Amino acid sequence: MGRKLLLEHINVPGINTFDVYRQNGGYRALEKALKTMSSDDIVEEVKKSGLRGRGGAGFPTGMKWSFLAKPEGKARYLVCNADESEPGTFKDRYLMTYIPHLLVEGMIVSSFALGANTSYIYVRGEMMPQIRILEKAIAEAKAAGFLGKNILGSGFDHEVYVQPGGGAYICGEETALIESLEGKRGNPRIKPPFPAISGLYNCPTVVNNVETIAAVVPIVNDSGDEYAKLGIGRSTGTKLISASGNLNKPGVYEIELGVSVEEFIYSDEYCGGIANGKRLKAVVAGGSSVPILPANLILKTANGENRLMTYESLAEGGFATGTMLGSGGFVAFDEDQCIVRNTWNFSRFYHHESCGQCSPCREGTGWMEKVLHRLEYGHGKLSDIDLLVDVSKKIEGNTICPLGDAAAWPVASAIRHFRDEFEWHVTNPKEAMERNFGLAHYADPLPKPEPELSQN
Amino acid sequence: MLNIAQPEEVTFSPELITRFNEIVTRYPEGKQKSALLPILHLVQAEFGWVSAPAMDKVAEYLHIKSIEVYEVATFYTMFFLKPLGKHVLEVCRTGPCCLVGAEKIMKYIEQKLGVKEGEVTPDGLFSWRGVECLAACGMGPVLQIGPEYKFHENLTEAKIDELIDSLRLTTADKPQIS
Ligand SMILES: Cc1cc2nc3c(=O)[nH]c(=O)nc-3n(C[C@H](O)[C@H](O)[C@H](O)COP(=O)(O)O)c2cc1C
Ligand code: SF4
Repeated sequence: MGRKLLLEHINVPGINTFDVYRQNGGYRALEKALKTMSSDDIVEEVKKSGLRGRGGAGFPTGMKWSFLAKPEGKARYLVCNADESEPGTFKDRYLMTYIPHLLVEGMIVSSFALGANTSYIYVRGEMMPQIRILEKAIAEAKAAGFLGKNILGSGFDHEVYVQPGGGAYICGEETALIESLEGKRGNPRIKPPFPAISGLYNCPTVVNNVETIAAVVPIVNDSGDEYAKLGIGRSTGTKLISASGNLNKPGVYEIELGVSVEEFIYSDEYCGGIANGKRLKAVVAGGSSVPILPANLILKTANGENRLMTYESLAEGGFATGTMLGSGGFVAFDEDQCIVRNTWNFSRFYHHESCGQCSPCREGTGWMEKVLHRLEYGHGKLSDIDLLVDVSKKIEGNTICPLGDAAAWPVASAIRHFRDEFEWHVTNPKEAMERNFGLAHYADPLPKPEPELSQN
Repeated sequence: MLNIAQPEEVTFSPELITRFNEIVTRYPEGKQKSALLPILHLVQAEFGWVSAPAMDKVAEYLHIKSIEVYEVATFYTMFFLKPLGKHVLEVCRTGPCCLVGAEKIMKYIEQKLGVKEGEVTPDGLFSWRGVECLAACGMGPVLQIGPEYKFHENLTEAKIDELIDSLRLTTADKPQIS
């Protein structure tokens, strides 16, 4: 069994309540931080831990915190990104539902480290039940004296508020999130200035993912060095993986970074293999934005090494044969799934969610959706395939925010690895509507489990 | 917004205003515009949708221009700018849910309710629509129903039957007992 840091007590009945959380060591990090550590001490521990942002980009959290400007007389803010809208990702919902006090404790400790007297948890509006859960947890923490004025006699004042979004994926992008929190449309800002200099209400702001903030609790409890002992290389600690698609046991798993992809998919500790005795065709390993890989390339790198669940191993081979850990949204496709249909589906998502500020993104995502639709529905031409590659290249890198890239990569990678399936949709349109493309050369290299022979 | 019949006037109850007042205290002095999204959610929960006069009222309350409210309400997909059924079934239509049968579930709901996406059943009780990823991919197919946004997971046709029947029951006209 791998070490668990965030979900260690998840099976304790009532861990969602203040009392049970407290009995299981909850708010110990807060007491330790406020009574025995300085802000700089905490930032230092987070740096030593090697913790990287769990929202998708994987930027080192300690470094991000140390960039926060501290001009005299200006408020600083911590904003928690609980917008969780990247297709394939549902770990933050899980954490907020079942162990909300971990996030609340993380918010207070992190705010103390950053010198923020007010913080906001921006939760996507669809998660109204989680908003209620967090509001209750915050009220309980306040009643216990962990929020408010002069917390535990430390002289530190703090309030946390929960803010609902309104149903827009783009508000997960940190500057769009800030705009939204200011009561505006979620249009990403042009950077610089970065939020660390000028964010919410033009004040220095740190935006961190739910899981990142929760991870600060075990780091303060056990020290950054202890945290860094878990994992491999620059992928330290544990990560929540949201596993979905055609798996026997979809769900949220806390893994120690470095578990092999094969173990994650097939072992009973995690996903328990592909559902219905089928074979694995492809995986999107880090949320819809990262390149899709065929089964052979997700299980082993192009060099034949075992692929591991780490930032580095998943990226091994670059865009040609690798992908990214991203937000940890792990989507498994069985042999019956159509890659063209899924690519069209994802394109429709990005088109729908583009904020519309940049023409390459606004128009390009629309064109990709349209062309993929006609390929999927049997009206495509062979030249459409290169057209898609061309459009995706023209979006990539030419936009204000990374949503443009996020829309381009799934299309480019699907064509890179499954071009013959796209071609087959053009050459055999009728058949393509009725049955799925064979998977011989993408299929997972592992043999199907053989049915057990009877004894006699 | 333009071709939708709008109510003449909308009044916010004192209870609603009390809740607005509490929300505004969460932000620094002068930043009350931040309360816009939470307030629009409350308005929708109260009236079932967000009408133009309601938006004007919100603008007045927050001391901002009406256009600032319109541009926000039209940007975010959760706000209904026209009246829909009493229960709006919002089904996730994004990739991971489709791998486990969301498209079939949507077809079934369409058949069962007898109305297309975005329309209202003749009794005014139901609407349905596809929405983008609801962050519940491991429990797909899923749907949500506002204003509390309770989740219904691992959907099957039988579960849809049960859900729609129970919603019908809870909203059926009950005989008046005097
Ligand atoms: C289009 C888009 C959507 C994003 N959605 C999310 C999200 O839902 N949750 C999240 O934590 N980060 C999301 N991010 C990443 C954030 O911009 C930001 O990097 C992150 O919140 C930083 O926190 P971290 O360093 O703790 O990961 C998104 C980025 C983009 C470009
Ligand atoms: S890339 Fe797309 S989503 Fe991002 S700012 Fe430009 S138009 Fe908006």
